[in-house]
Amino acid sequence: MTKEEALFKYTLRLGDDALIVSQRLSEWCGHGPILEEDIALTNIALDLVGQATTLLEYAGKVEGKDRSADDLAYLRYERDYTNLLLCEQPNGDFGATIVRQFLFSAYQQFMYAALTKSSDEQLAAIAEKSLKEVKYHVKHSAEWVIRLGDGTEESHERVQASLNDLWRFSQEIFFEDEVNQTLIEAGIITSLEDLRADWEDLVKRVIEEATLTLPETKWQLDGGRKGLHSEHLGYLLAEMQYMQRAYPGMEW
Amino acid sequence: MTKKEWPLYEVFIRSKQGLSHKHVGSLRAADETMAVENARDVYTRRSEGVSIWVVESKNIFASDPADADSLFEPADSKVYRHPTFYEVPDGIEHM
Repeated sequence: MTKEEALFKYTLRLGDDALIVSQRLSEWCGHGPILEEDIALTNIALDLVGQATTLLEYAGKVEGKDRSADDLAYLRYERDYTNLLLCEQPNGDFGATIVRQFLFSAYQQFMYAALTKSSDEQLAAIAEKSLKEVKYHVKHSAEWVIRLGDGTEESHERVQASLNDLWRFSQEIFFEDEVNQTLIEAGIITSLEDLRADWEDLVKRVIEEATLTLPETKWQLDGGRKGLHSEHLGYLLAEMQYMQRAYPGMEW
Repeated sequence: MTKKEWPLYEVFIRSKQGLSHKHVGSLRAADETMAVENARDVYTRRSEGVSIWVVESKNIFASDPADADSLFEPADSKVYRHPTFYEVPDGIEHM
């Protein structure tokens, strides 16, 4: 694998993560538990779609096949998406959305922080800008995990159930293959293993403060990075791509 | 069934350094931390501010509108409290 191929695939992965979780969050628009949280969730969705735009634009440039960010976002098939399975999981109740966001944002925070030191100037610049946004996503979602976990009996039980349910997608965050290896050797990224301790510390600290229990399940799923998704992604894409498929080339 | 509402908070935003915080509206939140976050999301998403204050609405003690006559009207007849009776020397600008 050449450095350019790896860089394209890696950037696409980061862009797909942001794009898909953003689409999920935008489903909350008008359905938030309270007006203030409705706006908060869609703000986070907007931050993430912004990150997806710059990442996919850059991926298109690296690929050199004249594909725009929109082409990559709206005109690929399911198997071509390389987001984490965690990102595509359905919203569930508000607690489930918050747990998903916390696990994902915590990863993004450490990943972007490492990427700011990348020798690839474009990636470093995107990471620098995104990091500021993501720090708030972590703060906001962590506070909600704590509030719900350490809240009423019902909120505690429901958020614990969501954590148990989503935990099987958590270790895919650290999935690495030759894409990562090629870029690590080229000095563009660092290994995800370097982030694991920080991610685990943060997650454990918040879960503990929330009086929740870290799930013991060892069963873990992956495949997202290779385009092998859960059944939920297809439905998400059908809705997300509808406009561009029905009215090809439409802009607004 | 009684519906439990979160307390109401009043939100004050400083739009830029050097200006004072100004009341922009109110919102509901479970505690102060959430109130600041909600205020950030509701009232500063178009770059309106550099600092946020929140105060629980119940902590604001207000003047009684029924007392408006005695509180504010007496000041109306005391125009000399405005510094408008001075002659401004030539060459003084920005007055």
